[in-house]
Amino acid sequence: MSARSRARRPQRHLPLQVLLGFLVVYFLVPFWWVIVNSSKDASGLFGGGNTLWFADRIDYLGNLQQLFTYDNGIYGRWILNSTLYAIAGGVGATILAVMAGYGFAKYRFAARRFSFALVLGALMVPATALVIPTFIMFSGLGLTNTIWAVILPSLLNPFGVYLMHVYARDAVPDEILDAARADGAGELRTFLQVAFPLMRPAVVTVLLLSAVASWNNYFLPLAMLSDNRLFPVTVGLGLWQGIASANNAGTTSLWSLIILGALVSVIPLIIAFFTLQRHWRGGLSVGGLR
Amino acid sequence: MTTRVGHAVFGRPAHPRFPSIDIPEPKMTLLIEKSAPRTQEKPHKVRGKVRLREHLMGWLFVGPFGIVFLAFLIAPLAYALYLSLFQKKLIGGTSFVLLDNYVKAFTDPSFLSGSWFVIRFSLVSIPLQIIAALAMALILDAVTSLFTRFSRLMIFLPYAIPTVIGAVMWGFLYSKSFGPLTDIFGLFGATPPDFLSSNLIFYGLVNIVTWQWAGYYMIILYAALQGIDPTLYEAARMDGAGRWQIALRIKIPLIAPALLLILVFSLIGTLQFFNEPQILRSLAAGTIGPDFTPNMYAYQQAFALANFNYGSAISFALGGIVFIGVYAFLFFTRKRRSFL
Repeated sequence: MSARSRARRPQRHLPLQVLLGFLVVYFLVPFWWVIVNSSKDASGLFGGGNTLWFADRIDYLGNLQQLFTYDNGIYGRWILNSTLYAIAGGVGATILAVMAGYGFAKYRFAARRFSFALVLGALMVPATALVIPTFIMFSGLGLTNTIWAVILPSLLNPFGVYLMHVYARDAVPDEILDAARADGAGELRTFLQVAFPLMRPAVVTVLLLSAVASWNNYFLPLAMLSDNRLFPVTVGLGLWQGIASANNAGTTSLWSLIILGALVSVIPLIIAFFTLQRHWRGGLSVGGLR
Repeated sequence: MTTRVGHAVFGRPAHPRFPSIDIPEPKMTLLIEKSAPRTQEKPHKVRGKVRLREHLMGWLFVGPFGIVFLAFLIAPLAYALYLSLFQKKLIGGTSFVLLDNYVKAFTDPSFLSGSWFVIRFSLVSIPLQIIAALAMALILDAVTSLFTRFSRLMIFLPYAIPTVIGAVMWGFLYSKSFGPLTDIFGLFGATPPDFLSSNLIFYGLVNIVTWQWAGYYMIILYAALQGIDPTLYEAARMDGAGRWQIALRIKIPLIAPALLLILVFSLIGTLQFFNEPQILRSLAAGTIGPDFTPNMYAYQQAFALANFNYGSAISFALGGIVFIGVYAFLFFTRKRRSFL
């Protein structure tokens, strides 16, 4: 922010702005297509009308009602499942990452350097390489096809630990902690009441990133879950799409459900990003990322 | 690109230092030591109660994550390695075969063609994404208006969309039945390109991935650009530098660490390519096989054919290649940068 205002040089280059305009159109086209076509019924979709404009009959409410009642309202369940996985995975991963990052930054303990090197190495391990062995381990424990199969592996967020470590190291001065200890506060209380408030901006960021990662996850739940009542919305819509493409003729109504389902499923995250804009944009303007 | 490691975006309190992005690398630990120089830690020769207490508290804070780390990272990796050393035969049951599965993988046309695809795909899509992101970030950094602020948000928007939903949406746009391409090309009497055909699926996927991630990378680069001290530009202008020179000689070198970071993360993401081709498979019948990418092949081996040993071997080989590749890349760039 400060950089911007200090520059104070309002420059408007028309060609660049026009170029930006084209880019914005490109990035918005899929959204526009989904918004337009989720208003159509099967005849509007397949009737050969303009695919980038509304049909004569705009029927959002009818389609919405169909979406949330189809197959005993399975779509609503999927949205709730996604929400549960995102909150449980996000909050859990954040708590673990905040504690571990703080521990790595503020305590010298045995094997600390080695452990931290392991965490950094873990950043380079592709997450999907873990899914198959985790599945076999979980099936031995009878955990596959339960919500735990999706939530537990989501608790692992080495990048969150790394971010929290860097942040705690720079934002929480040792002197403050020592002062709190000298005043008789225990280690836990020092962490919760002194260090944690100082780390809050990074905590919000790690929480947002972990929750988004859980919400977007596809490979893990696809592998772990077979009961479609446990699916998150990503796997659910993938399932519908597979069914609809497999027998195109018989399931024309499913297509309009998928289109509206895609639109409805992206609304929560778009709202989250817009309302939390101040957090991530405020953070951005400081330019701190590391 | 199932779970690309989230990174970026958070503020640091009153610390407007130059946005240095240290690439995660064991060297980092040296930095940490610098921040708090202490006597050598000797776990067994503890000097008094205070040191013991510090060890204990440190492990109490790190411990919960450590358990998750062991259970969901170390254990699966070790188990995948273990499983990959066995083969299940119809006659004779499971037997130890040492590296046979790996020999099989690296001579398996399915695994090799999938690997070749993701390598080609990385070589095309990653530079495209990063150049697009860099260009957009530079424009948004140089031009300020209400419209550019709006554009920034709109370009970032696809990041909020799960990759699966992004692929579903583009699948519709590519589709002959309800995509707009037929209409648009029909206006000029031309046949529309079929991005779901085997000729063009590569570009169809490049487009989806670029759409999904370019905005996110743009935001990271934009943040880094905003962190540059504007007096540098004033000084350069005094010296007669033009707008292009400022961008090329000052801005881009100063955000090189951020560029390196997104390069590494996009590499890790692209090599484990899965979601988009898996989703488009049902639309592009015959174009995308079950062995389209190594990850899809491992999925098919494990879950469709219940061949967990071979699936584990592919997973482990892929993970190993990614890990070694990224590590070597970081090592290489680190070395070269220090000469600059």
